Amino acid sequence: MPIRVRYFAGLREQLGRTEETLVADGISTVHDVWKCVNQGEAMADNILAAVNMDYAKPDSPVKDGDEVAFFPPVTGG
Amino acid sequence: MTVRISATPFEPLQELATAQSGMPQLSGKAGASAIFIGAMRDFNDNDDVQAMTLEHYPGMTERQLETILDETRGQWPIIDALVIHRVGHVLPGDTLVLIAVWSAHRSAAFDACRHILEALKSRAPFWKKEVLTNNDERWVEHNTPF
Repeated sequence: MPIRVRYFAGLREQLGRTEETLVADGISTVHDVWKCVNQGEAMADNILAAVNMDYAKPDSPVKDGDEVAFFPPVTGG
Repeated sequence: MTVRISATPFEPLQELATAQSGMPQLSGKAGASAIFIGAMRDFNDNDDVQAMTLEHYPGMTERQLETILDETRGQWPIIDALVIHRVGHVLPGDTLVLIAVWSAHRSAAFDACRHILEALKSRAPFWKKEVLTNNDERWVEHNTPF
């Protein structure tokens, strides 16, 4: 099962894509996922991440079949 | 405990009346009801705003709100709570969020209601994009500090 990567709000517009999938080869953390889909660029401090809809840190583990999301600070309410 | 995301306008006082009529457990027990209603302003950061789009992360948003309600119930002796949050195309004056908390006494009701709102603002995945009156669009980057 590939990893599903999703983007929201300003980050989605900035990257120009809503979601993509990637195979888990060599990927073990959230930061690995970010680098894989962003040409090796480091993840900015103000980007939030979630794995399977729970907040995650850059070093949180990611495995086959997971849904990983990246988004800017939230502004609801 | 109820969480709902609404893609269409809602009338908060009607929602409240409907919710309360389905909560017989409140009768004679809920001495205090704390209600927060948040509405869209027509100004922000010194600019006039004509409309807004509220985006969310379906699934995660509901899950975060439910987690917030669960932890609130663990921290204060509340009888029940309700959160309704708007998404989609929003106009000034539209209700953005309704939070209601029922408890035996006012202290828990006030504190829990405020906790739910502040937790929602920092953790629930919603994002606002404003359309200014000059038709410029911009993402809101942070909420107004309390």
